[in-house]
Amino acid sequence: MIRPEADTLLEIVDLQARVEDKPILKGVNLTIKAGEIHAVMGRNGSGKSTLSKVLAGHPSYVVTGGRVLYRGANLLDLEPEQRARLGLFLGFQYPVEIPGVSNLEFLRVSTNARRSEKGEEELDTFAFEDLVRERLQVVQMDPAFLERSVNEGFSGGEKKRNEILQMALLDPLVAILDETDSGLDIDALRIVAGGVNHLASPDNATLLITHYQRLLDVITPDYVHVMAGGRILRTGGKELALELEDRGYDWVDQELAVLEVA
Amino acid sequence: MTTTTSVSDLVSQPYKYGFVTDIETDKIDKGLSEDVVRLISSKKNEPQFLLDFRLRAYKQWLRMEEPDWAALGHPAIDYQEIIYYAAPRQQEKKASLDEVDPKLLETFDKLGIPLSEQKRLSNVAVDAVFDSVSIATTYREKLAEHGVIFCSISEAVKDHPELIERYLGTVVPSNDNFFAALNSAVFSDGSFVFIPKGVECPMELSTYFRINSGDTGQFERTLIVAEEGASVSYLEGCTAPMFDTNQLHAAVVELVTLDDASIKYSTVQNWYAGDENGVGGIYNFVTKRGHCRGDRSHISWTQVETGSAITWKYPSCVLQGADSVGEFYSVALTNNLQQADTGTKMVHVGPRTRSTIVSKGISAGRSSNSYRGLVQIGPKATGARNYSQCDSMLIGDQAAANTYPYIRSQQPEASVEHEASTCRISADQLFYLQSRGIGFEEAVSMMVSGFCRDVFNQLPMEFAAEADKLLALKLEGSVG
Repeated sequence: MIRPEADTLLEIVDLQARVEDKPILKGVNLTIKAGEIHAVMGRNGSGKSTLSKVLAGHPSYVVTGGRVLYRGANLLDLEPEQRARLGLFLGFQYPVEIPGVSNLEFLRVSTNARRSEKGEEELDTFAFEDLVRERLQVVQMDPAFLERSVNEGFSGGEKKRNEILQMALLDPLVAILDETDSGLDIDALRIVAGGVNHLASPDNATLLITHYQRLLDVITPDYVHVMAGGRILRTGGKELALELEDRGYDWVDQELAVLEVA
Repeated sequence: MTTTTSVSDLVSQPYKYGFVTDIETDKIDKGLSEDVVRLISSKKNEPQFLLDFRLRAYKQWLRMEEPDWAALGHPAIDYQEIIYYAAPRQQEKKASLDEVDPKLLETFDKLGIPLSEQKRLSNVAVDAVFDSVSIATTYREKLAEHGVIFCSISEAVKDHPELIERYLGTVVPSNDNFFAALNSAVFSDGSFVFIPKGVECPMELSTYFRINSGDTGQFERTLIVAEEGASVSYLEGCTAPMFDTNQLHAAVVELVTLDDASIKYSTVQNWYAGDENGVGGIYNFVTKRGHCRGDRSHISWTQVETGSAITWKYPSCVLQGADSVGEFYSVALTNNLQQADTGTKMVHVGPRTRSTIVSKGISAGRSSNSYRGLVQIGPKATGARNYSQCDSMLIGDQAAANTYPYIRSQQPEASVEHEASTCRISADQLFYLQSRGIGFEEAVSMMVSGFCRDVFNQLPMEFAAEADKLLALKLEGSVG
């Protein structure tokens, strides 16, 4: 939902970043306001995933220029855990397995870290169980997954549901979902997308990173951005995604070539 | 990479127990000879059979060589430079704690082991050993009502010589190995536990070992006997002051279970480990063995090894009784230049004997951490089963982990399973936890404690939390 008077949650200005010695982001500009759903599309290697990792603070990515304001404060100065506590959420493309660490305990510690930042009381084991069981419904997840180690032995679809469950518990202001649709069959996609739609509100914003139109069939974006060569090349409404679906990415490559010559 | 360096910073924590208690000590001259063995025995007013036991061991030791097969390296130990007996100067063992030197009580208070009545850990009886002698054993009267004997081994020699003569050296013979022979010749003190037939020990028993003197070796001897149908859970803890010289610790622990008896033996070892350059620290050469003598008997070893410059230790089970069960659960954490070569031996003699081995090694800094284990199935052990799982976790990129499993089976029907894995705390796992609002240190600690969960679950409840804390303490620090 686009509302000109809404608060700006995230403002990315000329963001540049590299991994090892390789420059990946070459000047990204993007502003996200409360209530909006943005989609970033692009080929593999266009810098989409790097953008999400840089915003969440992954130590392997080094910011070389530009700035990012999160609700007016400098996001890049904060440790990753601090960004999370303040309401920035990254749903991973490949959630890692953490053997030995109980999923339930992990969810509780993480939820409490966010709650205490918001000035809410921390939940004990019993209160948390009640909350988590209620939120499980959002992603139609089997409570048995709470008893296992974090993501260990989960199928691709179960891992993605676990990500959305975390999102439901952490109640983020800006949720970045990196290729959340990859590896999902159509039923799982519907459940995950249903969860995202359910959690979207006028107070928060969602940034979807995706290859494919099919996610955007179930979550309707307010803005679609096309990324190439570490920059946002074009921005439009939801029809831009359809155009990409129709015409493919070749025209994007041509525009990029023109830009890089200039 | 930045993440790994900061993890290494986390594991380098100052040692909290490195203080020395200033107390007058009765020490003998350094060096080892037959006269020294006789002197130790006479200081303790021992009966002839024990002196004979010591002298036989000493003669055997003279003919033996220090083992060199472990993956450990250290400068040669000069056995003539060690003091073999040191005791805080006080008359006889005190009947009541009020008479014990307050400095000693204070020492144990500082170590978190309050001995005074009002502050005792509820339902845990403690034997406190300071250098070569036991200074106090709590709850003795209450245990005696159940027929349970819990006292220092020196007292047991005086009060129950027939039990000592019957069991001492029957599990670990004095010529078992170089360090066991040395211990048998010069052992000073340790704990003795006897649980009579059919008695379930009403509380946890615990011994706390403290080395205080700088140039003293510690050679304690522990013997636990559980008669038919008896059971007991026992825990030992160890600390030492920081010295820049190495001190030798060569203990022997023997466990005996008769029919249907069970002993659960847990260790939290936190001897001084030396500094970050590997200067100082305890050389821990220990022989621990349990003998499941009776049918359906059960011996379980759980160890959390975090200290010592060198750890050489293989708590083992000889499963003689039919259907007897042996277990070994171990967490060994090494950091800086610490070296550990530790594991177990499960010797299956009787039919349908079963054993389980779960070993978790965590290596940080430039340390080296090896698991060495033997599973031996004898010809009469029909239907014997073993399951072994050895996992290593590496922190940083300069630490080493090795696994040396040996399996010898003379019984074609036996089943032996071995699983091993090595993992590293990855930057991606840490980032995942951090991106959910969990701080770096807590993330590392969560993963390490998750890695050790299977072992911590085996510790007596009162101590599981403490082991978790100890590991967290070793991992705590500023994020670099």
